[in-house]
Amino acid sequence: MALLELENVHSYYGNIHALKGVSMTVDEGEIVCLIGGNGAGKTTTLRTITGLLRPREGSVRFDGEDALQYATHELVAKGLAMVPEGRGVFQKLTVEENLEMGAYLRTDAKAIAEDIQRMYELFPRLGERRTQVAGTLSGGEQQMLAISRALMSRPRVLLMDEPSMGLAPVLVDLIFDTIQEINKDGVTILLVEQNALIALDISHRGYVIETGAIALEGPAKELRDDPRVKEAYLGG
Amino acid sequence: MSATKRFDLRYFIRAGLLAGIVPLYTSVIGMVEVFNKREVVKGMLTLGEMLVIFPSLVVGYLVALKWRREGKNPFLALVGALIAGFVASLPTVLLILVNDRIPLRDMFVNVNPALMEILLVGQEQMAQGAFILMSVLAVSGLLGAVVSFIPYRFRRPLVIALVVVILSGLLSEFIKQVLQQFIERGALKQIVQGKSLTTKAAAAIFVVTYLTTLFWDVKGQAIRTRYNAMPASRKKQAGRLWKTMFGIFLLILPWVLGPYLSEVIDNVGLYIIMGLGLNIAVGWAGLLDLGYVTNFAVGAYIAGVLTSTGPLGLGARLGTDPLGFWIIIPISILAAMFTGFVLALPVLRMRGDYLAIATLGFGEIIRLLALSDWLKPYIGGAQGILFIPKPELPALAEILNLADRAPALIEIAKGDSLLAGLMNLILYGQFSGPQELYYIIFVGALFVLFVATRLNNSRTGRQWMAMREDEDAASSVGINTTTAKVLAFTVSAASGGMAGAIFASKVGTIFPNSFNLLVSINVLSLIIIGGMGSIPGIVVGSLALIGLPELLREFAEFRLLLYGALLVVMMLVRPEGLWPSPVIRREMAADEEEPPPDMGEMQTSQPMRPLSEASD
Repeated sequence: MALLELENVHSYYGNIHALKGVSMTVDEGEIVCLIGGNGAGKTTTLRTITGLLRPREGSVRFDGEDALQYATHELVAKGLAMVPEGRGVFQKLTVEENLEMGAYLRTDAKAIAEDIQRMYELFPRLGERRTQVAGTLSGGEQQMLAISRALMSRPRVLLMDEPSMGLAPVLVDLIFDTIQEINKDGVTILLVEQNALIALDISHRGYVIETGAIALEGPAKELRDDPRVKEAYLGG
Repeated sequence: MSATKRFDLRYFIRAGLLAGIVPLYTSVIGMVEVFNKREVVKGMLTLGEMLVIFPSLVVGYLVALKWRREGKNPFLALVGALIAGFVASLPTVLLILVNDRIPLRDMFVNVNPALMEILLVGQEQMAQGAFILMSVLAVSGLLGAVVSFIPYRFRRPLVIALVVVILSGLLSEFIKQVLQQFIERGALKQIVQGKSLTTKAAAAIFVVTYLTTLFWDVKGQAIRTRYNAMPASRKKQAGRLWKTMFGIFLLILPWVLGPYLSEVIDNVGLYIIMGLGLNIAVGWAGLLDLGYVTNFAVGAYIAGVLTSTGPLGLGARLGTDPLGFWIIIPISILAAMFTGFVLALPVLRMRGDYLAIATLGFGEIIRLLALSDWLKPYIGGAQGILFIPKPELPALAEILNLADRAPALIEIAKGDSLLAGLMNLILYGQFSGPQELYYIIFVGALFVLFVATRLNNSRTGRQWMAMREDEDAASSVGINTTTAKVLAFTVSAASGGMAGAIFASKVGTIFPNSFNLLVSINVLSLIIIGGMGSIPGIVVGSLALIGLPELLREFAEFRLLLYGALLVVMMLVRPEGLWPSPVIRREMAADEEEPPPDMGEMQTSQPMRPLSEASD
């Protein structure tokens, strides 16, 4: 059964019809990517899934339950975590405090401390900067922090909004390697990306979204070879 | 140090002109004339003279310091400072010259012969007077520069001692009020005459401050090291000693200060209570609430209606005794919390500026409701609620059957206003004046302080902090931002209600106009000035923002001008607030690559070190 399922979702920003009937599924253990250009509706899809935006029509199901009946924080409690776009870390808190905030819903102090150590192993750079204020980290480090903070809630599904945005290629590789590692640990991942090449590289399946609707879908390998995708996103 | 650097005449002239604006402006608005009647040090220096001379002194000091910092020729620094000081006199001289040809008095009523006499240093001849004025200011500039040449370790005590002398001179009336409770009139005359310090007292203060500062600069490091080397248990002991001493100081404070200053401190205390409350919404949860007065008003009116012995009191209505003060405090708090809760609901979806405007509206609504004819039968409309009794405790004298002996007990303490006052309060339990009410406010503030500190370090506190940082991110770590917001508004309202109830009982009558926008603005400003989100900052901010205007009261119509100027300076010099919270301090430190030059140096080298002081 699909862990995450969207069916004919229509979302609006005021009068702007941003999602025009999006349907997609993410199965347990998968990495699924959602690729598309600027303004295609990628972030809107994520905001709709996490309850930050309410769709006017359609259904979102998480683990077989209607996700729309829950508020964002309740979904987090149910195992859905999101890495917000750009620098969605708590700028004025230190790295460590950010991670602690990520475990906000957990009360097992010992396991939290262990998880924080694990994050420092996953991203040694964060360990070096644990007492530093998040706002002073580089873009890549902030991205690492955002991912780690999301993982601190021990999610079943991790939604990631453009983790490669504004990062140097070396860092992009590092982040995406880590995403694969996280996935191997059993976390299902929905990845939203503009960088189609690298996203399809690590994903099992992919969706292409254009002007608020899914234009293409299929196994990542097939999408990579699809001439339309090549032309539009992979530079021919 | 190379003389090859070009002498930058324009720099000095520009600095001088900037400094020259101060005497010109203050002359034209009449400040110089009014202030000239007020002597800071008897027979030596008036406040008016300070307004004219000080800008030159300061500009001379600053340009010389900057010039030499850049490694330029020190001799030219002196010349430059002289020029700057001289230029600073030019705007004023120009005023004198122009006024001689075209009487400016038609436009500027304050440009009158009396002012001219001051500016011309009492000389008959205009040329002579102007010459003296120019020379005095030029020399002041030079003097300032000379001061900047004194090595830092001697200069710092000098500057501090001068500031202390001037402050004591300005506050001499309050010094007098405090001292007159302890020493006799004759001795007091030696220290303060009229409103100003005597020369002797000024000299003594200067010498003592200078030597103390010098001593601390030389020996302070050693003392600090010794303190740090002490075992933890001793440190704890020292800390406890210090805390006890500070506690005792706070407990006897109203009797040291006398009735008038106690009244000021009471107001400061009420604002501390409110500031701690509003800080929860604004400083921690990031909800800009401009209608905090709502809670204050609700608390005051609830207390008023329930305790008043007048016709509007609930007692009179129901034919029962009105409720007492102590039961009213929790009722007012609950009522304010309920209001906070109800008002939070419609504004849940608003953020930032929109929220501010909506809450601003609430503040006005409550005032208009209080004024309205509709509620007039219940809360008195514009006439307000009268006959709100002062708090009372059961008289200990009666409980202990001391009624006959009590007057004698108080008589024994007669010579000592402190003891007599405390005795009176304890034996009869009457909180009749500001000195007695201080204790209620003190306990209230302690209580709120305790709750606020606990909240700050709690899960709830962190939830608010996360929400302030980024609402979406907060909800994506599992924080219920809706409850967090409602909770912030509700808890924040509580202390407003408490302050309102105490206020009602303190003043005895409440009118709608006591609950205007200014209350909200003051509470918000003191949080910002103290340092957003910082608990000690609120205490310091209240002292500065509520205490200062009272101390400036003597300057009558210029009070708000000075006050405004001080606020601007404070925000320029310390944008993070007087006592910022660690989080803000970190952020500000991250923003700034290097510390600000002179001011920063002065401030970091004189931080508050209560613990180490207790150890020597």
